Amino acid sequence: MIDDDGSERPARVAVTDAAAELLARLRRRHGDLMFHQSGGCCDGSSPMCYPAGDFLTSDADVHLGDLSLSDDGEEFVVPVWMSRAQFEYWSHTHLTIDVVPGRGAGFSVEAPEGVRFLIRSRLLTDAELATLGPARG
Amino acid sequence: MTVYTPPGRTGSIVEFRSRYDHWIGGEYVPPASGEYFENPTPVTGQTFCEVARGNAEDIERALDAAHGAAPAWGRTSVTERANVLNAIADRIEANLEKIAVAESWENGKAVRETLGADIPLAVDHFRYFAGAIRAQEGSISEIDGDTIAYHFHEPLGVVGQIIPWNFPILMATWKLAPALAAGNAVVLKPAEQTPASILYLMDIIGDLLPPGVVNVVNGFGAEAGKPLASSSRIRKIAFTGETTTGRLIMQYASANIIPVTLELGGKSPNVFFSDVAAAHDDFYDKALEGFTMFAFNQGEVCTCPSRALIQSDIYDQFVGDALKRTEAAIQGNPLDTETMVGAQASNDQLEKILSYIDIGQAEGAKILTGGARADLGGDLSGGYYVQPTVFEGKNSMRIFQEEIFGPVVSVTDFADYDDAIKTANDTLYGLGAGVWTRNGTTAYRAGRDIEAGRIWTNCYHAYPAAAAFGGYKGSGVGRENHKMMLDHYQQTKNLLVSYSGVRDGFF
Repeated sequence: MIDDDGSERPARVAVTDAAAELLARLRRRHGDLMFHQSGGCCDGSSPMCYPAGDFLTSDADVHLGDLSLSDDGEEFVVPVWMSRAQFEYWSHTHLTIDVVPGRGAGFSVEAPEGVRFLIRSRLLTDAELATLGPARG
Repeated sequence: MTVYTPPGRTGSIVEFRSRYDHWIGGEYVPPASGEYFENPTPVTGQTFCEVARGNAEDIERALDAAHGAAPAWGRTSVTERANVLNAIADRIEANLEKIAVAESWENGKAVRETLGADIPLAVDHFRYFAGAIRAQEGSISEIDGDTIAYHFHEPLGVVGQIIPWNFPILMATWKLAPALAAGNAVVLKPAEQTPASILYLMDIIGDLLPPGVVNVVNGFGAEAGKPLASSSRIRKIAFTGETTTGRLIMQYASANIIPVTLELGGKSPNVFFSDVAAAHDDFYDKALEGFTMFAFNQGEVCTCPSRALIQSDIYDQFVGDALKRTEAAIQGNPLDTETMVGAQASNDQLEKILSYIDIGQAEGAKILTGGARADLGGDLSGGYYVQPTVFEGKNSMRIFQEEIFGPVVSVTDFADYDDAIKTANDTLYGLGAGVWTRNGTTAYRAGRDIEAGRIWTNCYHAYPAAAAFGGYKGSGVGRENHKMMLDHYQQTKNLLVSYSGVRDGFF
């Protein structure tokens, strides 16, 4: 992620190559996209992918970052959101959006492809945490 | 002991159709798109049928049928509707074994659960609401000697229901029984992981309902769920699932100004006070079973007791005994009645559970037992099995805060009563909780102090129809079960009547 002053800084979110490739394909069909991390039962604790703006974010959410991607040379970003209350418990972890074969319910747009986005997590290092500070709302 | 023959093999008591269309207007209707999707069993990972891939056009067709049926259904007497619900219950009961095996095959859950819990509870649920609607009364308020307010219950009309995959038939029943009792017509969308169970059921009970009163449209959430939830032609939407979709459904409902009921899961604490271990008697044995309930339905229950809080002075002994009990749980072929832990419902569930086992270890939690995928060999190698897993850690860890929806429990200790309540309530959710103690006062106080809609006290995972079920905090809006559920499917009509012959005097 490039900060406003142009300096590189660590990101809270990333994406695997497989997920990036899928996002490019989904964008061709649905237009710009967004993620909101879900909690709760059934298909919860998974990232939900929607056409941008379909899910209304608010002050109750935190913008974790933007995935910077490209499709045939065309640059695009996919913002990643999470509810602020949930972020309290997640703020020490780095999230990578991956994709696996599966049959997710919910309204996430990738499900008809027979695949499901999945979060893989690792702990943020002390250095990363010091640089990141609180996520922007 | 019985091992049921898998559906599709000679000798099986269950025969699925090779292809399921939508159930609309009392008959099977092919999908508008002509497309179908494959439906695998989690028992082996192999496809056993294909199912119509619904879209907005199919939802409209189902809504047409429901709107056609709703006025007449809403006018039937409560006696007639109760008789229909009782007939449904009788028919399910007469076919219980077949339905149980069918659901087990589609969902992966152990058949001992479908035989002993899911399907018998569904039968009882229809009977409960048959009784509840017969006994329901309106009210009158005597405003003054000449003025009376009459309150009538009226059906909402056509309602939408989105069903989860963890109890495909029981969760559909929780929503259908009160809606039908109250006189509504329904468009129901099952989960895409378990689209066939409810249609297997409709093949058995469909003739008991007037055409169009219950319509089932399968498909993916983005293609069929969204047009149903956002339709201006439903008067209510009910959903069981997770928080982001729950918010989205509320958002759609706000556009149409319709009510929602949401059940969105939890991270339920199971609290064991010291006196549980005061004797090694039947009660202690029951408490150990209560701990092990985290593996019930492979942990795929919104109320999974996935946080076990154990008082420090009995911690080592209780955890030691609980591990033995957990390790004694038999994992295997879901169609074997001896099996206690079956398969996770889908590959992505399996992957999600394994990803949580990873982050749990990265956060420093210790695996006390389990912690890996289980390979059961033979045909079952392709299925989605996870070993019952016990983590030891701290309540701030993500494995203590997020619903894993697998057979995974996170264990920690507490010093005293206040510490227990603080830890129990340190969660975004409030659906269920367990309290275990021999002291009635402690049981009562803890039950009142824990912020959750259902406090199992010296028991767990019981779901009788007469007990209200639903969430505090992030776990949702509204209740299911109990006769109060009728209110969620009814309008209140007030007739304010003056019997006075004298003018008010304003004009």
